[in-house]
Amino acid sequence: MAKATHPQILLASDLRDGEVVFLGAQGWVRDPRAAAVARDATEAAALEARGKADIAANKVVDVYLAEVELDAAEGPIPLHFRERARLLGPSVRRDLGKQARAGRIGS
Amino acid sequence: MNAHDQRHAARANAPTTTYLYDAYDKAFVKARVAEFREQVNRRLSGALSEDEFRPLRLMNGLYLQLHAYMLRVAIPYGTLTSRQMRRLAEIADKWDKGYGHFTTRQNLQYNWPKLIDTPDILEALADVEMHAIQTSGNCIRNVTADQFAGVAPDEFEDPRPTAEFLRQWSSLHPEFSFLPRKFKIAVSGAKEDRAAIKFHDIGLRVHANERGEAGYEVIVGGGLGRSPFIGKSVRAWLPRADLLAYLEAILRVYNRFGRRDNKFKARIKILVHETGLEQLTREIEAEFAAMDRVPFAFDLEEFERIKGFFSPPPYETLSPRSQAFEEGRRKETRFDAFASINVAEHKIPGYAIVTVSLKPIGGIPGDATADQMRVLAEAAERFGFGELRVSHAQNIVLPHVKQDDLFALWRLLDGAGLATANAGLISDTICCPGLDYCSLATARSIPIAQAISNRFSDLERQRLIGELGIKISGCINACGHHHIGAIGVLGLEKRGKESYQITLGGDPTLSAAIGELLGPGVAAENVPIVIESLIEIYLHERRDGERFLDAWRRLGKDRFKEALTREGEDGADI
Amino acid sequence: MALISEGRFVEDSWRRLADEESLPRGGNCIVSETRLVEAASELPPQAPLGVLLGNTADPAKLAPYLSRLALVAIAFPAHGDGRGFSLAWLLRRAGFKGELRASGRLIADQATHALRCGFDTIEIASDIASRQDEAQWLAAASAYGAFYQQGYASRETILEDRRKTRA
Repeated sequence: MAKATHPQILLASDLRDGEVVFLGAQGWVRDPRAAAVARDATEAAALEARGKADIAANKVVDVYLAEVELDAAEGPIPLHFRERARLLGPSVRRDLGKQARAGRIGS
Repeated sequence: MNAHDQRHAARANAPTTTYLYDAYDKAFVKARVAEFREQVNRRLSGALSEDEFRPLRLMNGLYLQLHAYMLRVAIPYGTLTSRQMRRLAEIADKWDKGYGHFTTRQNLQYNWPKLIDTPDILEALADVEMHAIQTSGNCIRNVTADQFAGVAPDEFEDPRPTAEFLRQWSSLHPEFSFLPRKFKIAVSGAKEDRAAIKFHDIGLRVHANERGEAGYEVIVGGGLGRSPFIGKSVRAWLPRADLLAYLEAILRVYNRFGRRDNKFKARIKILVHETGLEQLTREIEAEFAAMDRVPFAFDLEEFERIKGFFSPPPYETLSPRSQAFEEGRRKETRFDAFASINVAEHKIPGYAIVTVSLKPIGGIPGDATADQMRVLAEAAERFGFGELRVSHAQNIVLPHVKQDDLFALWRLLDGAGLATANAGLISDTICCPGLDYCSLATARSIPIAQAISNRFSDLERQRLIGELGIKISGCINACGHHHIGAIGVLGLEKRGKESYQITLGGDPTLSAAIGELLGPGVAAENVPIVIESLIEIYLHERRDGERFLDAWRRLGKDRFKEALTREGEDGADI
Repeated sequence: MALISEGRFVEDSWRRLADEESLPRGGNCIVSETRLVEAASELPPQAPLGVLLGNTADPAKLAPYLSRLALVAIAFPAHGDGRGFSLAWLLRRAGFKGELRASGRLIADQATHALRCGFDTIEIASDIASRQDEAQWLAAASAYGAFYQQGYASRETILEDRRKTRA
């Protein structure tokens, strides 16, 4: 596996309600700021293995890694605009999705 | 009587103008809900893997999208009652976020349901004779029809009894539920095709032969997506009695020989293209000839039973001209505009067909809040025999409104932001959800529609431009039907940014045409500017009030290309 | 592999014959498609013979052998691949009267599709059998009282029910 040039986080969809979730230190979290960040290929592989185990445990579906930049205030910001959209919500409905949660300002 | 009781009485007394479930239909949807409830339980327990569950949930309309699940509710042939519309509003409030999205296939989408709530949602739908059966998956999808069915002056036969017959025939079909890919059927019964039948896997045109007998032209292999194709006629006139057997023959050939190696080459349009129309027609005809006609006869008694539900409502005998209507137009300029643009001729004197635009200036095309859905239900109850339609253009249609009532209707709609007088005009865009919602998308589409709408917000200007269909897709799957827009916009990704290709000259009607690419993609902020330039060229060249599409046909691509070049000079992302 | 008949897991009285194995005189074996001609000519006529077909097999090529065969198994390589349903239906139309067996990666929710297209039994991969027990196969088979389509094997069709009510 090629060494990632950027840190990565692990995304998935919660099986029961479909919300985007991130693998954190202890389990799945809904706030990307609590996502575990993999800084190299080994850490990324470990994250992925944990994530895939939870597919088999029927907790999540559609697990994958995404490269991010780390911002002090905002937390991990995905490099690709598609994953950035998943962390926020619909750009045309700022009142919906994660961006609408208290303390999170849509960008 | 209070308002609630009045509505109830009106509903109870309303004659049937659309199909009503009998005990067997009700038992079927109920069994479907129970089956899905069990399937969800088995998924949560792991008895079903996600791979195994996916086609099952898709066949109940449940997708997994960017932010949440998405549930696509079937609105068969785009027809629903006010009671059903009220239930859709209730579901939006109770299990979603207070709104829904009407689609280009006459369905409704909820963007935020939970998997664990979906069995309850399906039960609430079954309670009002609705469902989400086969609105996704590699099976036969919602059979769509003309949104003016039953009321258009140019109609030969109401296509909806055929569509209902086929809906039942296609529900939980034992042989054709695991096709190479999705299968879409559309039916039209009028001179003008408002159902885009040439762009469906099977398009059916009901018309009469020389002896005046009703039968079907059968068109196969139309479609949009990555490789758009115009459907080809395989039978100019098929007797009604043979329809079922013939469709089975087509589906069987497709099920056996459609490609399964490549998702983007799996539709029947590819089979037609790769096999050749003559050869494929021979295969279909051979299978048709071998079919045992007895079990596959189109049961005419059953057809008559179904047809009986689609009776005209008890129209009053009215004068073709309504004084109340004309007074209203004189009194109120905004109503006059609405009357000119959103009201169409009805085959019964004194009545009208009203298009309720779900494209408010700067709004999200096709979206309606739960409150708006309730206003639509009320509008239908008070002024429209309790019946509504959903059009492919993502608008709502009230198919039978007395001209005398149009002013009061308009007031009601206006109060709820539902009276935008732009039906068929430049701001009446067709637009898919795009990257704001959809996990298949490569770019956002809604902000493009909003920018165009805001740029051309002036209604006078819109009317000056006239009929213009702009269709916007957020990816190559073309759910926004960009290939068949007079102006089409396709959102892609180029070098990590959203980039938009513009096509011209698409036509969804019987004079079918697929749009031609104008040039390289442009950045989002330049799309409205390019469209502005295209409009300028059109208005400059326009002859005899021709539409944009006609001017394109007369002048050709080269005349319009400079719209893009200008933007290149301004530094568009070429 | 596990075999399901009428919603229950049953013993299989047939044996899948590997291509390199010699044909047993008593039959009761399922040969691969490539050995069908050989088996049909070599085995005594009363020895029950079965064949395993890929789901793209040509019914016309099989027609001469249908009266000789006691069992035809059709492979389902993936549950999303529905070609086997058409092939089964075509074989029944061609007059095959023996046991039709769907073999491969079907799930319980496809049981009624299979039965209505003319299959008698369903043979599933072991991993599917371990997750989808008998109860699920039984439940799936009885989920619906009646179906809409004519021309397919099923207890009741809605059209017939409607006619009876009208009569």
